[in-house]
Amino acid sequence: MLLRHTPTEIKERKALTVNPAKTCQPIGAMYASLGIHGCLPHSHGSQGCYAYHRSALTRHFKEPVVAATSAFTEGASVFGGQANLLQSIDNIFTVYNPDVIAVHTTCLSETIGDDIPQIVAKARADGKAPAGKYIIHANTPSYVGSHVTGYSNMVKAMVDYFATSTGAKTKAVNLIPGFVEPSDMAEIQRIAEVMGVPYIMFPDTSKVLNGPLTGKYKMFPEGGTTIEDLHMTGDSKGTIALGRTGAMAAARALDSKCKVPCEILDLPIGLQGTDAFVDKLRLMAGVNVPDVLNLERGQLVDCISDWHQYLYGKRVGVVGDPDQVLALTKFLVSLDMKPVHIVSGSPAGKKYVKALEEVVADIGEEVNIKVPGDMLLFHQWIKNDPVDLIIGNTYCKYIAKDEDIPMVRHGFPIYDRMGHSYFSTMGYRGAMRLMEQILGVLMDRQDRDATDITMELVM
Amino acid sequence: MAEAAKDLSTEKVTLDNLDPEEVKARIMAKYPPKVARKRSKQFVINKVGEDGKTPVINANVRTVPGLMGQRGCCYAGCKGVVLGPTRDIINITHGPIGCGFYSWLTRRNQTDPESTPDGHNFMTYCFSTDMQDEEIIFGGEKKLKQAIQEAYDNFKPKAIAVFSTCPVGLIGDDVHSVCREMKEKLGINIFGFSCEGYKGVSQSAGHHIANNGIFKHVVGLDDTIKEGKYRINLLGEYNIGGDAFEIERIFDKCGITQVAAYSGNSSIDAFANSHTADLNCIMCHRSINYVAEMMETKFGVPWIKVNFIGAHATAKSLRKIAQYFGEQELIDKVEEVIAEELPEVEAACAEVRPRTEGKRAMLFVGGSRAHHYQELFGELGMKTLSAGYEFGHRDDYEGRKVLPDIKVDADSRNIEELTIEKDPERFNPRISEERKAELENSGFEFNDYDGMMPEMPDGAMVIDDLSQWETDQLIKIFKPDLFCAGIKEKYTVQKHGIPLKQLHSYDYGGPYAGFKGAVNFYHEIDRMVNSRVWEYMKAPWDKNPELAATYACD
Repeated sequence: MLLRHTPTEIKERKALTVNPAKTCQPIGAMYASLGIHGCLPHSHGSQGCYAYHRSALTRHFKEPVVAATSAFTEGASVFGGQANLLQSIDNIFTVYNPDVIAVHTTCLSETIGDDIPQIVAKARADGKAPAGKYIIHANTPSYVGSHVTGYSNMVKAMVDYFATSTGAKTKAVNLIPGFVEPSDMAEIQRIAEVMGVPYIMFPDTSKVLNGPLTGKYKMFPEGGTTIEDLHMTGDSKGTIALGRTGAMAAARALDSKCKVPCEILDLPIGLQGTDAFVDKLRLMAGVNVPDVLNLERGQLVDCISDWHQYLYGKRVGVVGDPDQVLALTKFLVSLDMKPVHIVSGSPAGKKYVKALEEVVADIGEEVNIKVPGDMLLFHQWIKNDPVDLIIGNTYCKYIAKDEDIPMVRHGFPIYDRMGHSYFSTMGYRGAMRLMEQILGVLMDRQDRDATDITMELVM
Repeated sequence: MAEAAKDLSTEKVTLDNLDPEEVKARIMAKYPPKVARKRSKQFVINKVGEDGKTPVINANVRTVPGLMGQRGCCYAGCKGVVLGPTRDIINITHGPIGCGFYSWLTRRNQTDPESTPDGHNFMTYCFSTDMQDEEIIFGGEKKLKQAIQEAYDNFKPKAIAVFSTCPVGLIGDDVHSVCREMKEKLGINIFGFSCEGYKGVSQSAGHHIANNGIFKHVVGLDDTIKEGKYRINLLGEYNIGGDAFEIERIFDKCGITQVAAYSGNSSIDAFANSHTADLNCIMCHRSINYVAEMMETKFGVPWIKVNFIGAHATAKSLRKIAQYFGEQELIDKVEEVIAEELPEVEAACAEVRPRTEGKRAMLFVGGSRAHHYQELFGELGMKTLSAGYEFGHRDDYEGRKVLPDIKVDADSRNIEELTIEKDPERFNPRISEERKAELENSGFEFNDYDGMMPEMPDGAMVIDDLSQWETDQLIKIFKPDLFCAGIKEKYTVQKHGIPLKQLHSYDYGGPYAGFKGAVNFYHEIDRMVNSRVWEYMKAPWDKNPELAATYACD
């Protein structure tokens, strides 16, 4: 038993988090920054943070993740990190020459109260930031929120620093994805493209964190939202933000800064989630839904009808980031599956919990929901009331193995399976992929448990 | 096979007819002058003198902000590296959630809970106080106390360790007094580490703090002398990919009893008892020489440097252990085991070597690994053009003879130095002065480590705290066949079309230690440097872009 000490008796814990279902803000900010073309994320704090964040993102994406650090030692922690950041900015522009440095803070620099805009202003005054180069920042104290908050804060910073309104509106729609895979971002763009909708997506980590192998390393790969596009977001017709916790803040900021109206949707996971996105995009851009999407939608509905008997009534434990968990739960319920234990590590507010409760209100079972919660509790619930399927990040595999439950990896981080950065689980095609994964593990289980007599060739 | 490894130091490395000093100057030219001056002292062209003396390298100094190095932090060294692999302690990270999360199972230390009677294993769990802003403002001691209580209530561990993260040090939470109070209250061993990330200049500070903490709170608590004729501790072996299991297998076979391992496949009870061993064998010098030193001073346990990476190194280390005990029975047994194990290793090497001979590697990892793995490459006939440590000190490069010359700076001074004295009752010199002298006269080295540079060829580039810029340049200039570093560097290097072997996590392979490990490594390196994938990067139309002919239907 891997988690041999997990007690079945659930005691309320007020102070101890065990097996967290979240991590800290700066990693989210780092990920978001990588979605700007020519951007070097910069962690303002000690080296450990950036080393950990780069390692975690690299393990998840299996791609280069570059970032710099202010490399605080004790002196900087006492006297402030200004000298370190100034030196960093100078070195980064001299040696690596990015278009943008995106600074995020850590719990260390937040606690000592470093004022990033003031330091950046000094860097400009000292001539350490060449003309035409940008330095943006987001405050991302690790003791507030989670990695999703950090992502959200950095995406909002893109609006704060770059969005401008020239007064002349364009036909473009801004698309702001939450903390999702590069493949998901690519799929969302593909849908906009086949619909013929001009769009600006930010951030955009596709082609950055799933780039090609060509024998030539580029520190700043082809992908990422360009600065020019970020400037132009202020002139767009409207904004669609996908996911409340990851994308809403930026969309709202753009609305108040540049009067770009915004719509906040769930992540386009599953049939209804994708329908809502496609429909909103259609209305906002004034276009018709093309045949290709109707075909994909029909194929998804066909799959649901064909596969329904295997999915119906299956009980599921779901753990992950709030936006993912909500969208996944809706999808599962739409397939007549029963998400019965639901945990999100990130704080997401009372309204969020209420929304989740509404989704599962009619599944005919009592449902455990904890937001924010940890994976020890999730495991304890499963021990006391087992499920047929677990959906969550890589860390769930210890629970899945101990309790002998099929598992589908979804969310962040996924360290032990490949493909998530290439194959989306969003849109109609992504929904089919996700269903295929779910069905695969359930059927593998059925085959494994079959006796010589009950083994089926056709299933 | 072993010869290649041995002869490296007498040979001059070929750097493609380039003058290494010129290469260095070219790379340094990109830096602002002040940075270049500093980096130049950490970027040394090796030149081994007659007496094994090497050029001075600047090491264990602050990373230049913005340069993108490989280093982690003090917390990572303390919790992640040294204490993390001890399965039966509940390790609580006191701080915001990130630090605990990132150090949760990511170092791949294998452990076997069945090898201790109580079967405890908390390594698969991540415990954190998940500090929120109100704790940063009003202090986190109350929450920490409560967290320790909850850990005890839920898991009933026999020990709890607490690790401070950056903000904890800043707001001044006294983790040590909280631990003392809770230790008294709960009656189990509870101790804390002030290993805030900003301390020191790298992971190394955390290793030192961890060593001190274990020594203060655990070592010596259990005086039971366990059975076994040749009783040793293995220090600085973290059981990545099962290395420690392979070494334990070899020890068992030789009749050598391992009292404790620090800290791969380790248990706190073994730490408590480890001062009863008769010899300390150090693998990773940087992370743990402190424990060996303190154990010698207080209890009289001598220490030697060993290396179980490479078949030749393994044989050499086993012989050294046998020589220390000096009993013919053990000496014979060790020879018998080596003779038994080597044929398989030699066969594997002979099979692989024609495909690896002459290939060139660069290694930038750890605080001993960049040295140790050169043995294995030597066995494969591969040359190491360049190597350096992520968190090494001068003694790791130049040997312990430079210890008196190392200046203590502010970043080292903030790490507690314990004053260790002879234990009045339990001090027991394991061997007599005469025997020690006799051994030393025969060339046996106690308490010594010659470092990496004396074993590297002249002209090799030894680089401390390598930066991303330097990495890219080295690769472009020399096109090595293999680069060894960690996960952060892996895909960057591979995008250049050069395979990268992770020597922290082993790319989820291993073991690479001992005899069986050497065989694994030979095959792995063969796979990597000869993979067909490196030929695929150009499409046919990139290789031959001209449109030479048209099809008939045009």
